[in-house]
Amino acid sequence: MRVKPFLLLTAAMTASCLAPAHAAGELTIYTYESFTAEWGPGPQVEKAFEAECACDLKFVAVADGVALLNRVKLEGEQTKADIVLGLDTNLTADARATGLFAPHGPIGELTVPGGWKDDIFVPYDYSYFAVVYDTETLKNPPKSLADLVDGDPSEKIVIQDPRTSTPGLGLLLWVKQVYGDKAPEAWKKLKQRVLTVTPGWSESYGLFTKGEAPMVLSYTTSPAYHMIEDKTEKYQAAEFAEGHYMQIEVAGVTTVGSKNPLSEEFMAFMTSPAFQDIIPQTNWMLPAGPTGKPLNPAFDKLVHPAKSLLMAPEEVKKFRKQWVDEWLSAMSQ
Amino acid sequence: MRQSGSVLAAKLALAFAAIVVGGAFLGLGIDAVRDPEGAVEAFDVYLLRAAGFTLWQAALSALLSVAPAILVARALNRHPGFAGRRLLIRLFAIPLSLPAIVAALGVIGLLGRAGYLAPVLSSLTGERWPGIYGLSGILIAHAFFNLPLATRLFLQSLETVPQDQWRLASQLGMGPAASFRLIEWPAMRAALPGIAGLVFMLCVTSFTIVLTLGGGPSATTLEVAIYQALRFDFDPARAVTLTIVQLLLTAAMVWLLSRLGAELTGEAALSVSSRRYQSIGPAEKVFNMVILVLAALFVAGPLLAILVSGLQADLAKLAARASVQRAAMTSVVLASLAALLAVGLAWALAAGRQKLASARRSHAAGLLERAMDNGAVFILVIPPLVIGSGWFLLLRHTADVFALAPVMVVAVNALMALPFALRAIRPAFDAAAVQNDRLCVQLGIEGWTRLRLIDWPVLRRAIFTAGLFAMALSLGDLGVIALFGSDTVQTLPYLLLSSMGSYRTADAAGIALLLGMLCFALTLLSDMFGREARQ
Repeated sequence: MRVKPFLLLTAAMTASCLAPAHAAGELTIYTYESFTAEWGPGPQVEKAFEAECACDLKFVAVADGVALLNRVKLEGEQTKADIVLGLDTNLTADARATGLFAPHGPIGELTVPGGWKDDIFVPYDYSYFAVVYDTETLKNPPKSLADLVDGDPSEKIVIQDPRTSTPGLGLLLWVKQVYGDKAPEAWKKLKQRVLTVTPGWSESYGLFTKGEAPMVLSYTTSPAYHMIEDKTEKYQAAEFAEGHYMQIEVAGVTTVGSKNPLSEEFMAFMTSPAFQDIIPQTNWMLPAGPTGKPLNPAFDKLVHPAKSLLMAPEEVKKFRKQWVDEWLSAMSQ
Repeated sequence: MRQSGSVLAAKLALAFAAIVVGGAFLGLGIDAVRDPEGAVEAFDVYLLRAAGFTLWQAALSALLSVAPAILVARALNRHPGFAGRRLLIRLFAIPLSLPAIVAALGVIGLLGRAGYLAPVLSSLTGERWPGIYGLSGILIAHAFFNLPLATRLFLQSLETVPQDQWRLASQLGMGPAASFRLIEWPAMRAALPGIAGLVFMLCVTSFTIVLTLGGGPSATTLEVAIYQALRFDFDPARAVTLTIVQLLLTAAMVWLLSRLGAELTGEAALSVSSRRYQSIGPAEKVFNMVILVLAALFVAGPLLAILVSGLQADLAKLAARASVQRAAMTSVVLASLAALLAVGLAWALAAGRQKLASARRSHAAGLLERAMDNGAVFILVIPPLVIGSGWFLLLRHTADVFALAPVMVVAVNALMALPFALRAIRPAFDAAAVQNDRLCVQLGIEGWTRLRLIDWPVLRRAIFTAGLFAMALSLGDLGVIALFGSDTVQTLPYLLLSSMGSYRTADAAGIALLLGMLCFALTLLSDMFGREARQ
């Protein structure tokens, strides 16, 4: 008797599984959820691409870039994804190793600083990690990573955990690239300034905007959101002398998707102005290709680092675990 | 016939739980066997430290939630008529329905470095208030979640004490100490291991609160390690091993806790009066009121902080948004289904256990009976991500996993809520069975008639409370959805996190408030439908 509601439900759900087979002219893209959110780029991208291709573009969203890669790994050759959009350069080595991705076709011109060479993955936007601070409570923001590490421990920063979060991993790599073997010592010092280490970016940014700490690890592009949407210049990114670590977001065609002609069409579309125009004010990142119209002037006010830092994907894949362990023992003391 | 029927139903309920958990382990296990290295490597210093911290913080959190809850529940039970009592009890249902990050921000809104109380605390301590980051923050946030829950569950067990006992106590002139020792404590002690175990487990698996308020990676729990194993290092063998370690450690603790409890001996006399006979002295009155005011402040404080920051959002506009309405609908539908399933399962388990218990008379409880009582509770310490990933691995080749997402959400939420539902239903069910079983057999009342005439009227209150717990819990949950592809199941917490993840903090605060209000409305409904017939 008691199990009946569940059986009914299961039956209903099973029935809904037997949805109609894929129609012709359909492209399936796996991405992360903030891309497909109603305020994200997804809805506009879908409309713009469908207008060009006369096809049906379907987004499937998972939590974030890491979940995205795991999802594709889990599905393997049976994946329904034609394109996976939303990995970053810290994940591409792992993604490449799966053998589930195919080389891309012709794409448009790219404007990513430092150039881009990859036969599989194509960037669609980028930004830099940065310490974002509250100008009303922090009068002397750090001017370098060294400033941040050695500064007044009573002025706190909220950071993310590299075990669970992409920006957290970004800061780890940033410190590693600047400090090299001295990274553990730097972390031991920085630890004094760290208010707390959150599992993801959302929690830390929430604490920051609540006023718990005057600084948070975020992106150089974060202030653009506040300037454009909230009409406030209260939050600014601090420019660091050592340069800023980059996050480049990429998409790749799966081996399954390489048989779908729409995949190639989308990759070309992705690097064209029609797509790139949408990115800045929906994904709050910088366009990776030429745009059709100038960006909102707020973007000119952002920090544009003189030097961009980035480690090779293979290096990240090889040493990530070791460096995270190093971070753990430095931060746990 | 009836006896074997209810035992069979309970066995089916257990089987359902076993399938959901077993399927997940099977899915991960098949993958783990291919690459078993992680299982061996899992046993390192890191694991040892994480396990140690997990047990330590969970034990402290449980103690700090359960011990005060005994006093609060008793005070509430002693004063059945003061103004604001029902409001307080209703407020106590809300924390359960809040996603961890909302609760954490609520607690911080009050006690953080920039919290409302920070200026007061700064002037008290003479230096800038450092906030509550570290173990203290974890404990306070866990107590905010669990003290109200434990209070409501204790209250539930106190309410099964027959009114005649109170009358007798009054006639014998028992003071507060004697009536606590002879009446209240035995009732609560029977429920203590279950409630303490429940709270302990909720704290074992706490993830967001531990990391966000913990202050750094020295506050690492096993749950964090499991999550880590399934994310960047996608390593099922390690994840399964860690989950089993977590399960075994918790089982050991729960076993220890069960030694604290005592079996409740049934009270066979029927209540002849619903009037409360008791006299409470002025000293006790003051003591109880102090306890209640403190508890109310402790729970209402962070809720107020959530209310204040929620009101800064444009609530009307938010509520008018199609995505919010859709998410609210999805949340309510999924939570209702989960609650229905949870209550059904809990009823089946309570009935089956009671049958077995009454059949065995005096010798010790068998394994099956104990499994029906406490077995389902262990699902709480299996991370939703493990269940999600395991089933995903198992089903990926055979079924459309996206389409199964709602089924998974309902099944897992129902199982997560089952221990709560069981805690709420079992005391009332057992008490009713002891009172009515023989009479019903003599009079030949059984089946539907018995349900309608005898069981439903005395159990409806417990059932609606159980359903409320289950709904509240499911409303706030977003565990299994993450991996399954979330477009199919966009719930309110999902929308909340998604807003938070895109700079929309004001919207997120507004949605948190809507979620809290939704839960409050549910408690009103639950109270309305669950009102006892005889009143």
